[in-house]
Amino acid sequence: MTIEEDDQRTSRRRRSSSSRDLERYAGLFAERTKVMTSSAMRDLMAITERPEVISLAGGLPDTSTFPVESFREIMEDIAQESLARALQYGPTEGHAAIYECIATVMAQEGTRVDADDLIVTTGGQQVIDLVCKTFIDPGDVIVAEAPTYPGAISSFNAYQADVVQIEVDADGMRIDLFEEALERLDREGRRPKFVYTIPTFQNPAGVTMSLPRRKRLVEVARERELLLLEDNPYGLLRYEGDPLPTLRSLEGGDFVISLGTFSKILSPGIRLGWAAAPRPVLQKLNMGKQGADLCSSSLSQVFVAAYFAHGSWTEYLDALKELYRRRRDTMLDALAEHLPPEARWTRPEGGLFIWATLPEELDTTDLLARALSHNVAFVPGRGAYLDGRGAASMRLNFSGSSDDDIREGVRRIGEVVREQLDLYRTLTGHRPAAPAADPAPPAEDPDLADVLELPRRERSARRREQG
Amino acid sequence: MSERLRVAVLKGGRSLERQVSLASGARVEDALERLGHEIVGIDVGHDLVERLTAAKPDVAFVALHGRDGEDGTVQELLEVLGIPYTGSGVSACIRCADKVLSKHAMRDEGIATPEFLSFNETAFKELGAADALPAIEEHLGFPLVVKPADQGSSLGIKFAPDAAAVPSALVAAFSYSSKVLLERYVDGRDLAVSILGDEPLPVVEAVLLDREVYDFEARYTIGQTRFECPAEVSDETTRTAQELAVAVHRLLGCSGFSRVDLLCDRATGELVVLEANAVPGLTETSLLPQAADAAGIGFDALVERVVRLALE
Repeated sequence: MTIEEDDQRTSRRRRSSSSRDLERYAGLFAERTKVMTSSAMRDLMAITERPEVISLAGGLPDTSTFPVESFREIMEDIAQESLARALQYGPTEGHAAIYECIATVMAQEGTRVDADDLIVTTGGQQVIDLVCKTFIDPGDVIVAEAPTYPGAISSFNAYQADVVQIEVDADGMRIDLFEEALERLDREGRRPKFVYTIPTFQNPAGVTMSLPRRKRLVEVARERELLLLEDNPYGLLRYEGDPLPTLRSLEGGDFVISLGTFSKILSPGIRLGWAAAPRPVLQKLNMGKQGADLCSSSLSQVFVAAYFAHGSWTEYLDALKELYRRRRDTMLDALAEHLPPEARWTRPEGGLFIWATLPEELDTTDLLARALSHNVAFVPGRGAYLDGRGAASMRLNFSGSSDDDIREGVRRIGEVVREQLDLYRTLTGHRPAAPAADPAPPAEDPDLADVLELPRRERSARRREQG
Repeated sequence: MSERLRVAVLKGGRSLERQVSLASGARVEDALERLGHEIVGIDVGHDLVERLTAAKPDVAFVALHGRDGEDGTVQELLEVLGIPYTGSGVSACIRCADKVLSKHAMRDEGIATPEFLSFNETAFKELGAADALPAIEEHLGFPLVVKPADQGSSLGIKFAPDAAAVPSALVAAFSYSSKVLLERYVDGRDLAVSILGDEPLPVVEAVLLDREVYDFEARYTIGQTRFECPAEVSDETTRTAQELAVAVHRLLGCSGFSRVDLLCDRATGELVVLEANAVPGLTETSLLPQAADAAGIGFDALVERVVRLALE
């Protein structure tokens, strides 16, 4: 073959797709990819990264505060003592040194685990993916909260699950509605493969499952032999109130898969998380992980083990909590100042997010377009549901922005909301509408009306009474 | 082929269609590279003039969609800098980007386009246009199509099934633009005729697989839409569609290339023109490249032709 012929072959191979090629690929894609769509929202979200936009849309912890000296010392130690191991493949289940760190973190919340209960994963996200891979056949039912973590929705969709979403209110998942849903499923001869819950400082709603509901959920799980996937990335990021026991510590471990991560308490970039699960489940997760990525980053694991050995992880955590608590308070004040009286929002005791709900005439996906022209961004609520609900809600992150940016960002959002509400009223001929907080809200609306009004003291007292 | 050019590819930018533009731009850069040209890729921002002045390109390929890229803004800058550029000039871009302007031009010329009314925000805020809504709804019927006047990629289009849904639809559309188009609904097949140079390309039909509206998801997700090219319509429909597209292309003053979107009424077979696009998408799922392909013009040849037209 001559050089020219070779070049021609190469350029033919690199020729871009014609409509025939398009069809060829489209015809090959697996069924499960049909629900994996690009979306207008995702493209709008890409624009939120522009430097002049105040983005309250991220879920980013503030990594700019990580102590540089610690990092340098740790990396030097690794270079001296464990470089070969850090750069080598490791066991699928994870390096032994890191199990202690995981146990330490879980113990901080009062949950006991042994090394044999654990598998190390590439971020908490991988746990969701592996659990779906292990349990879901196309069409299987799983239960999640409404709203739920949007990142879990893409996993559920990829495995073609049939997701039943149960509303949350200020005290987390409505367990009464959950039990009703289970009964309904019983009548249809179906049962969920697992229940996915983020009980503490939920992403996106910010709410926390109360102790009575945790107990009831665990009871139901035992009665019906239902698996619970407890996703707990934020449990240690508590700014006020008393910690609640994890589902795992209430239940004992037979029916709870715990999902943990170092992302919010240490660093998301190291991509390190874990699952604690019953042994038979752990085995399947392990096999699934082998097929996915062989093992998580050895370098990250060695780094984390060294970091914990240095002993300052709780200091960093305390610094983060102080920083985030201030930012949360700034955002809550700003919301009270700038959002119209008809808006409602959650008041999380920890975590990274506040969930605001506007009057239902407004659609936050469209509102985002206008917000972007005012250089502010948030996450529209639709992405947290599978069925089109959440259109009037938005998720706001306070951890990733300075206090000034939070104040200014919320001011801009308030401006946009007010403009559109005024326009709506002009169009419908109404004067300012009655407040949306109905004393007996319909079943679909999260009952968030009482969150703002109860002073903290009363809520803790109420919990103590019920607990 | 011919001499090696230095081509500045303008892509990205600040519009809501930024991601689409980046995809178009990337494909254009690949093609230009294969064609042997020198590429200067520019994600347009505040330093655009600086970078263009430094690069001294022979020609600029405008792969920008939406605000600032398709509405004459960047074209005006390129005129001032004396850099030849692809596609339509400033005035044609202004007319195409504003659906209201283009529809008025079409209507005045007797080209069939769905009946419409348009309002900006001040009409509602200052002139009490809300009180005229019942009359508007009576005039245009339901479902009522509500669109932002100057947004692409189907962003912000709402279909209001009844009067109660109209205020929300208007508020949503006004989130994208200060001017809104209200249009009579036509139940029709989605047809697109692209123009290259002065010639119409084969008609493409976008056949929706799982949804009812050719919305954003349908446009840009592979596998959501089946594209028929050439479209399975009668020869007469093809000819008429192409004539209409060329007429609109000329009427609005377009040059280089464009894409005209039409609906073919399912009941009557009548063709109506929706809009003309001055910078058609050039992504994997875009309509112009598929039409060119059906005419035997591969993507590289298409890009080369568009560049050459800019230099004529």
